[in-house]
This record gives sequence, C-alpha cells and structure tokens, in this order.
Amino acid sequence: MAKTNSVFKKVVMAVSGIIMLLFLIAHMIGNLHVFQGAESFNDYSEWLRSFGEPALPPRTLLTVIEIVLVVSVLAHMWAAIALWRQAKRARPERYVTKKSVVQTYASRTMRWGGVIIGLFIVYHLLDLTFGAANPAGTDATPYDRLVASFQNPIATTVYVVALVLLGMHLRHGIWSATQTLGQSNRRRERTVNAFAVAFATLLIAGYLVVPAAVVLGLVD
Amino acid sequence: MTITQGGPHSTVDQTSAKRGMNLTLRIWRQSNPSVKGKMVTYKVSDISPDMSFLEMLDVLNEQLIMQGDDPVAFDHDCREGICGMCGVMINGQAHGPQQTTTCQLHMRSFKDGDSIDIEPWRASPFPVIKDLAVDRRAFDRIIQAGGYISVPTGTAPEAHSTPVPKKDSDAAFDAATCIGCGACVAACPNASSMLFTAAKVTHLGLMPQGQPERDDRVVNMVHQQDLEGFGGCTNIGECSASCPKGISMETISRLNHDLLGALRAGARPKS
Ligand code: HEM
Ligand code: SF4
Ligand code: FES
Repeated sequence: MAKTNSVFKKVVMAVSGIIMLLFLIAHMIGNLHVFQGAESFNDYSEWLRSFGEPALPPRTLLTVIEIVLVVSVLAHMWAAIALWRQAKRARPERYVTKKSVVQTYASRTMRWGGVIIGLFIVYHLLDLTFGAANPAGTDATPYDRLVASFQNPIATTVYVVALVLLGMHLRHGIWSATQTLGQSNRRRERTVNAFAVAFATLLIAGYLVVPAAVVLGLVD
Repeated sequence: MTITQGGPHSTVDQTSAKRGMNLTLRIWRQSNPSVKGKMVTYKVSDISPDMSFLEMLDVLNEQLIMQGDDPVAFDHDCREGICGMCGVMINGQAHGPQQTTTCQLHMRSFKDGDSIDIEPWRASPFPVIKDLAVDRRAFDRIIQAGGYISVPTGTAPEAHSTPVPKKDSDAAFDAATCIGCGACVAACPNASSMLFTAAKVTHLGLMPQGQPERDDRVVNMVHQQDLEGFGGCTNIGECSASCPKGISMETISRLNHDLLGALRAGARPKS
C-alpha cells in the first residue's frame, strides 16, 4: 500500500492495544500476590525470572513479554501520532464555536491521555522494575520497593492519576477497537459500551487496591 | 421586517408581531477562498418562530441588499431536507440544535434575544468558496471511486427477479438515506468522512447488485477519502449524532469489516 490506509492504522492501534490489554490483565492479577505477603510476592517475581529453567535460559519468559510489549507500544504510538497529524491537517482552521453532542470525556482524552500514560510507563519501569527511581533503591526486594513507593504520597498520586487515565483510555479503546475490527453493530453497541465501562473499572480497581492497601497500612 | 404569516383566516392577530424574535447573528464572512475570514455581527428583528433557519437568513440578506451590502452566501436547494445542499454550523453544532437539516430547522428552536454563531463546515477537503458556502466535491470523488454499481441501462428490470431479504433491504435503505450534506465531517473532531463513506459502502454492500464490486468499492472509497485529506475515524460518534438522517455507527463497523475482508482477499486501491 503506497500510502498507509487510515483504517489500517486503526487496526494496528486496535491489535497492539488488545495485546497490551491482555498483558494488563495478567499484570493486575500478578500484583495481587502482594496480599499473600512479602515472600509470596518476591517468589512470584523470582518465578517470572526463572520460568522454564533449566530448559530455557533465565528471563526467557520476561524477555519475550518485553519484546512483544515494546513492539506493541511503538506500533500503537506510531498509529496514534499518524492519525493525530492527519486530523490536524484535515482541520487547520478551528471553529470559533464548537459544541460536542455525544463525545465522551474518555474519547476526548485519548491523545494527551495516551501521551501521559506513555510517560508513566517509563517512570513505572524506572521505579518498580529497575529501581532507579525508587525510594528503596535498586538493591531492595520487589516487595520492599513496592511498599516504599506507595508510602511516598507523590509517587502514589502519580500512580492513581495515571491509572484513572488508563481506565478512561481503555473505556473508549475497547469500544473503538470493536468498531475498528468490524465487530460492532446496532444491537451490540450498548453491550460493548457497558462491557468497556465495567471492564475498565474492574481492571483499574484491581490495580488501585495495592496502593490503597499500603496507604491504609494493610500491607507494609 | 415584515413577517409573512397571518391572513384573513389566520388565528394570529395583529399582536402576533410581538412574538417576532430579535436575534444577534455572528456570521463567518469570507469573500473568497484565498482571504482570511472573520465573524461579523448582524441584528435581525421580528423573526417569526415559524420561519426556517434559511428563511431567517433570507430576511437578513434582504436587509443587507437594501443597505447596499453584500448578502451572505449560503448553499441550499430543495429546502425540504432531501438534497443535502444546505448545512452550516449553528452555535457550534452541525445543522444546529435539532437533528435535522439546516433548511428544516425552524426558528422556534431559538428564543427572543438569542445570539447565534453561524460558521461554514470546516475541513481542508471542504474549502470555503464564500462565507458559509463550501466546496463539497471531495464527496463526489469518493463516490466516483466506488460508490456505484455497474448494470446495463435500459428497461427497468422486473422487481421480483432479484429477491432481497427484508432485513437487508431495510438496513440498506436506512444507509441510503444519506444525502451527502457533510455534517458528519463538520461535526467530527478529526474531520473524518467515515460516516458518509460507510453509509454508501453499507447501502450498496447489502444489496445483491452491489456484490461484484464490493471489495474494490470499499478499498477504493477509503483510499480516496484519505487522498482527499479527510481525517481518520476514532469512533467518537459526533457524526452519527449530528447526521440529519441518523446514519448509525454500525455502518462504520461494517465498512471496517468489509475493508479488512477485502484487503485479506487481495483487493488494492486502483491508483
Ligand atoms: C504509550 C502511550 C499510549 C498512547 C499515546 C495511546 C494513544 C491511543 C490513541 C490516540 C488511540 C486512538 C483513540 C481513538 O480511537 O479515539 C488509542 C486507542 C487504543 N489504545 Fe492506546 N495509547 C497508549 C497506551 C495504551 C496502553 C498502555 C493500552 C493498554 C491496553 C492501550 C490500549 C488501547 C486500545 C485497546 C485502543 C483502541 C484501538 C482503536 O482505537 O481501535 N493504549 N490509543
Ligand atoms: S452520513 Fe449523514 S451527515 Fe454525513 S453526509 Fe450523509 S446525511 Fe450528511
Ligand atoms: S436545502 Fe436541500 S436539504 Fe436543505
């Protein structure tokens, strides 16, 4: 295709988004190990790193997941930026007065919200994966790093804001991906939207219980 | 200004003139495509609530002509909601506060003393010709790229020779009510023409007569709308909510579905 078709870009966005979404489900469930105590959480972290050993080299599973996610994030951002620029070119002169009739807040914040989520992912990796931006530092166990982060009110606020934005991103994203992949119709529209709201809410709640537990002193 | 209602049998008596509205209009004036336009304020008085929006603009134009000013250019033809020629942004909404065409919008949707902003559709593939009139030929080129079926002309075929399931003919008819007004593009935050193109793809793709060209149609029409410079669809839904014919978001899903199938089957744009 000479000039990449705008619908094709949306398909790239939808497929990469769904891959990241599947990861987010697994990641959320993994995080809940924190409620089984420090040992269980650290063992889980160690298990991810040693999965398949000795048949497979260390970190095989993690490396595969990381490559898939990096490719997904880059593809997703490429499509998002291309469509953003296309939209800017399509309306260089803005309306003096413009009212939206049905546009959801979630769909309005897809682009800037996406950028913030992207920045958050970088911070999150530096904080809890690599430890470079973590109060407890690189030598602490995964569990201690997690507790240290959420005992810091600024870090906790960043997590909460980013997660709420992510929830809204997914609320519109799930509906939009269903349309993009040609799987919606008039009958399903309500169900798809209700599912998108319920799914995004549950997923984000699943993430938020962890910082909430630390802040409330249930986990320390 | 005079109002045209009333007459010997009218229940509306003389005092009805009191019902006329006084309005402040802020209208986009741009004398040709190459100059910068701006909003200009006008006052109209004694506007009857029974007038259509375009009749209100006619009143303004008569007033401007009397004063020796240039009347406001706006497009219109049938004035009964079927041709798709009319269409302006009214207080930030395509075709105004009701889900209908600008010609079928009535002044009873406004109140005395209201201030109304009137702008042209804004999208780079729809350049302003003058004031509120825009060039929508980009839509014609999207149609030429695939919005047709190839059939021998001549005597109309016997209607029963090609049966169409009721469900399909109803859905095709719903999509076929698109009048090509461009409100979907105007209302879309991305200035995407997806709803228009999807209406055509749905209409023809549901009919047996539309099958031979189905894959090429969707690939070429989407390619053409990209070439014209329309934005990409992000499924916001402003289009469908602003469409005077209520074309549904389902048509967009159907277009995407057809497009993916066509690309998989190897269909590629002509040019
Ligand atoms: C890296 C930062 C990100 C940016 C810049 C970004 C941006 C965008 C944009 C602009 C859209 C299109 C919105 C629309 O259709 O109106 C979108 C859609 C979507 N995003 Fe993201 N996003 C990001 C991260 C994520 C993440 C982490 C996920 C995880 C699940 C995700 C999942 C989705 C899904 C499922 C869609 C729907 C695809 C579609 O529109 O058809 N995004 N994203
Ligand atoms: S889809 Fe609706 S808004 Fe768009 S051109 Fe057709 S009739 Fe007008
Ligand atoms: S003038 Fe024909 S639809 Fe309005």
